[in-house]
Amino acid sequence: MTTTATGLRSLVALDVPNPPRALRFRLAAADTATLNRREFLIWLRNPAFIFFTIVQPVMFVLLFRYVFGGAISVRVPGGYVDFLMPGIVAQSAAFASFATAISLARQLQRGVIDRFRAMPMARSAVLLGRLTADTVRLVVTLLVILGVGYAVGFRFRDGAVPALVMMLLGVALGVTICTISAYAGLTIKDEEAVSSFGLVWLFPLTFVSSAFVTVSSMPGWLQAFAKNQPVTIVIDEMRSLALGGPLALHAWQSAVWLVGICAVFVPLAVRAYRRAT
Amino acid sequence: MHPQLQGSAVEVAEPPSGTPRGGDRPDRGDAARRRIASWDGPAIYVEDVHKSFGDVQALRGINLVVERGNVLGVLGPNGAGKTTAVKILTTLLRPDRGRALVEGRDVARSPAAVREIIGLAGQSTAIQEELTGRENLDIMGRLYHLDPATRKRRSDELLERFDLHEAADRPTKGYSGGMQRRLDLALSLVARPEVVFLDEPTTGLDPRSRLSMWDVIREMVANGTTLLLTTQYLEEADALADEIVVVDRGTVIAAGTSQELKNQIGGDVLEFVVVERDRVAEAARAVSGLSGAEPLVDRETGRVGVRVGMDASQSLVETIRRLDALGIHTEDLGIRRPSLDDVFLSLTGHVTEGDGGDPAAQKGRSRRRRDRREQ
Repeated sequence: MTTTATGLRSLVALDVPNPPRALRFRLAAADTATLNRREFLIWLRNPAFIFFTIVQPVMFVLLFRYVFGGAISVRVPGGYVDFLMPGIVAQSAAFASFATAISLARQLQRGVIDRFRAMPMARSAVLLGRLTADTVRLVVTLLVILGVGYAVGFRFRDGAVPALVMMLLGVALGVTICTISAYAGLTIKDEEAVSSFGLVWLFPLTFVSSAFVTVSSMPGWLQAFAKNQPVTIVIDEMRSLALGGPLALHAWQSAVWLVGICAVFVPLAVRAYRRAT
Repeated sequence: MHPQLQGSAVEVAEPPSGTPRGGDRPDRGDAARRRIASWDGPAIYVEDVHKSFGDVQALRGINLVVERGNVLGVLGPNGAGKTTAVKILTTLLRPDRGRALVEGRDVARSPAAVREIIGLAGQSTAIQEELTGRENLDIMGRLYHLDPATRKRRSDELLERFDLHEAADRPTKGYSGGMQRRLDLALSLVARPEVVFLDEPTTGLDPRSRLSMWDVIREMVANGTTLLLTTQYLEEADALADEIVVVDRGTVIAAGTSQELKNQIGGDVLEFVVVERDRVAEAARAVSGLSGAEPLVDRETGRVGVRVGMDASQSLVETIRRLDALGIHTEDLGIRRPSLDDVFLSLTGHVTEGDGGDPAAQKGRSRRRRDRREQ
């Protein structure tokens, strides 16, 4: 070996063509499936995680139904529990994104993501694998919540299709918030900082909304925020779907918010992943 | 070794190193790895690579050449630029200037092609601690797009080779530090990379785990893999590398085989402690003629050290003879390998600045330096 580069300067690098697009796409799908599988294996080994993912929202249902519910007056047909359930579904979906941010920050800290980036793996696979796994987790969580909701008196008032759409909207909200969390996790890079940061933005976003109380019960200055923020808009739409109400009012606004947030945070998260090191 | 184990070890052994590289190795059937025009230049070629982070110049024109199948030890203290160099070669960072080729593939222009043929392990870990060793290997195999039969065969083979087969089906959370490092190295070898980068593979390991890590690295190298290894320990570079480069502040300050380096810095050090402290000077005089180098004497502890060049054992015999003739009693008599500090002291005139990776200490030191300048 020589460390002086002289005499080797004529070296011409190999010209390496990129793999064909169809192959790249197929491999990206395979990588996403692998990382998805990895997340599920991790969850199965971690019963505490599954337990708390599900128990925490159930606890919220019971707390609000029986502790706070009596003191909150709402004008909906089935009483507070009918008002509450769409809100709890949205709030649980948003809180589920905690785990996304923490897990990405942790993997970054441990160097797992560096290793993935040094492998012939699709750049998008880590994020997509995580988000698809999160979607499944959200569906399971929301179904459990709904089951508990039914047990404590909640009923869908507008038929099966709107009920299904409401659930899908809840999942869509959760996944959207997950993209913000993914970006936060990849940017903050520190497990503990990420979880405190999650508290700072997720609590106001879900509690200063129409999730648990009517916005009109809040002081005026707070209403301005509560009325116009995306979580309220999505919850109002979910409530209309669950209980029967004017659907068109918040439908397009919800769609614009959710698509808009994803359009901003998916590229940001992908960029943060590329640069993270 | 148990005969049965030995039998299976033979069965899973790698093809002999004489097997033509890049040829049709049976396990290569992965879709991602494309046959690319063959390259007969060096396996790693780094030319005048610069990299800065803001004001900090991590690399200031580094040059490296590693021939195929060779092991290069990159030796340097914390902050010398070792990790930055590895990150550039493994496509995690782009060089600001200069170029770096791995098997002829430019890391900046064809990073995807580089990733297909490299393995990386060391400071980072790819281990998912909830999963078992076997599951971790399987996930890696999937990410390299190996078919199920190949994945299974590779996993079994690596678990056996890295002495992890007994723990294979336990969650890796319960593995010892040494086992985790071995598994992590195994993970980086799943796709039989042509070139492997190990960034401080034994930092933080206890001596016994370090030795067993050395064994698995040696075995890997015996199969003809090109290896670039960074380390803070001269001893480690000495044990594993064919050639060593010493880096400091982002450049290569010395290069050669470990023997050449030792020649350059004056070889091993013979050290002993004089029991009767009042005879220290006398003892030092007795050994001063050994190699022409002046002995270093510490009167407090009675320690005498002298550079003995390449003829360490001859010098040892001679020293014992002379001290014995004078009736001087000694303790701790022995030959010591020059430490990284010795290397640095003789090459740069300053001692290493990393101090085992304590950034606070480093910061404190640079602040003191700045303070001095400002006065």
